Amino acid sequence: MSDNIVSMRDVVKTYRRGKQTVEVLHHLSLDIAQGEFVALMGPSGSGKTTLLNLIGGLDRPTSGEVTVAGSRLDRMGSGALARWRADHVGFVFQFYNLMPMLNAERNVELPLLLTHLGKARRRQNVAAALQLVGIADRAKHKPAELSGGQAQRVAIARAIVADPALLVCDEPTGDLDRKAAGEVLTLLQQLNREHGKTVVLVTHDPRAAEYAQRQLHLDKGQLVEQAAAAA
Amino acid sequence: MRYFPLVWSTLWRRKARTVFTLASIAVAFLLYGALSMIGYALTHPGGANGADKLITINKYSITLPLPIAATQQIAAVPGVEVVTWLTWFGGYYQDPKNFVFALPVDPDSYLALHAGEYTIDPQQLQTFKNSRTGTLVSADLAKKFGWKVGDKIPIHSTIWTQGNGSLDWVFDMVGTFTAPDPTMRGQISTMLLFHYKYFDEARSFGKGTIGWFEEKVADPNQSAAIADAIDARFANSTNETKTQPAKDFAMSFLKQYGDIGFILRAILGAVFFALLFLTGNTMMQSVRERIPELAVLKTLGFSDTGVLALVLAESALLCVLAAVVGLLLSLGFLPLFRSALQGVELTPVAVLPGLAIAVVLALIVGTPPALRALRLDVVDALSGH
Repeated sequence: MSDNIVSMRDVVKTYRRGKQTVEVLHHLSLDIAQGEFVALMGPSGSGKTTLLNLIGGLDRPTSGEVTVAGSRLDRMGSGALARWRADHVGFVFQFYNLMPMLNAERNVELPLLLTHLGKARRRQNVAAALQLVGIADRAKHKPAELSGGQAQRVAIARAIVADPALLVCDEPTGDLDRKAAGEVLTLLQQLNREHGKTVVLVTHDPRAAEYAQRQLHLDKGQLVEQAAAAA
Repeated sequence: MRYFPLVWSTLWRRKARTVFTLASIAVAFLLYGALSMIGYALTHPGGANGADKLITINKYSITLPLPIAATQQIAAVPGVEVVTWLTWFGGYYQDPKNFVFALPVDPDSYLALHAGEYTIDPQQLQTFKNSRTGTLVSADLAKKFGWKVGDKIPIHSTIWTQGNGSLDWVFDMVGTFTAPDPTMRGQISTMLLFHYKYFDEARSFGKGTIGWFEEKVADPNQSAAIADAIDARFANSTNETKTQPAKDFAMSFLKQYGDIGFILRAILGAVFFALLFLTGNTMMQSVRERIPELAVLKTLGFSDTGVLALVLAESALLCVLAAVVGLLLSLGFLPLFRSALQGVELTPVAVLPGLAIAVVLALIVGTPPALRALRLDVVDALSGH
């Protein structure tokens, strides 16, 4: 299993909602291989985003083991998790979550502020990332001046600029029209195939899931089905 | 510095709000700068009021006169080098707004006591000494009112009537004077010197009296002992005296109006107290609106303390920037203050303490929102809880 970038064993995640404790993930185990493109599907409330948060090191399990990129995330404190995220994972959100007051270039640069790279090198990497996602000509534009598809490309550039091994994408096409969604998914596929990024994609859209190599279906906090996609 | 563009652009996320908040803080610091400089100037009189000078007033009130005959007794005190006498004239030119620091002086003793402090053309000085109604006027004052040598200068006294009952005194301008020291130049900018002898002859009451004595001592280290010796000479007489260093005299003169320092501190305290609420509320609101953005920063790998530092830096940038603007404005108003507080020199003493206050203000108003950012749970914030 040494080729697995994600390895989860007997993971339980509960939340407190008022006086109630809700178990969102029930003894879930999962492996994702290095360089894989995996789609996580399932109805609302099935635990997709919770699972994605655990894989991305945004949250810790209530019990069980979560090993990602060789690190036991369930044993890390919040400071160590923050550093780990900066080094190993890139995030893409449904609503892009770009900083509205920064232009595309500055948004993409954000993860690099946490590195030791100098200004010139940061600028180089930002330019390369924007070039890679095909949005270099919009580098000086602010998010409000970009279309949804362009904004999501900037968000993907921000996710890959520090060269993480893993990309976690939470409904990245949920706010896009079909054409833009197709372009974004093709870009993610390209990053997976040509640059070796492991991609974990949460989606409701079966068409989006088809871009993945493997589809995982969650229901009520458990994996109910795994299928290899046509792509 | 790598985080500066992020902090700077965050600060201007809501331009109008930032401008208004910045303006509010800047106005507070303008007030702080102005009042601090005025307060400092009023409580730290310098220039001519050197350590080698003493002032003798009536023990019970500066408004009570002393007899000019006391001059000889004071001059006889060992250690007193020169003694001269002065009286408050309370003068203005044409309009009460045009204050003139008119002083009836004995030219020889007054200029001997202030040797080196004034620059006067020797010929004009001689003309002044030889005249009866002559006056020497500060060059700044002459310039302000367009007076020239040979002009007749009418000065209205708020106190002293002449024998004919008039409060208007007319002097013949025979020359001007200035001061080599810039501080001193500020202090004498409204000064007009005329003869005590003429003043005493012409006034309708108070003849043979003066307002206060000024002494120059040979050894400033002996000032306290000499002051005691002067007062001892008049102990148990009808004209008991109080002698003190010139600097203390100026301060006690100002204390007639109350504790200037306390009044200024009270005003500034109220201003900054109100500012705490205003700026604190703005910062809280700003962070509340940016919860998702702060969560994204944490998602990207910014630590809890890193996000706390960014919010504090934003608060510091806002407060320090506004303070710099306000303090620069207060320095810009210096000429106006100088004009309003004639004779009082102002120094930019408020700058460094002002910046320190800005940092403290930033910490106080920035800490609650920064702690909120520190405690922000990424998962909850991203899911909109």
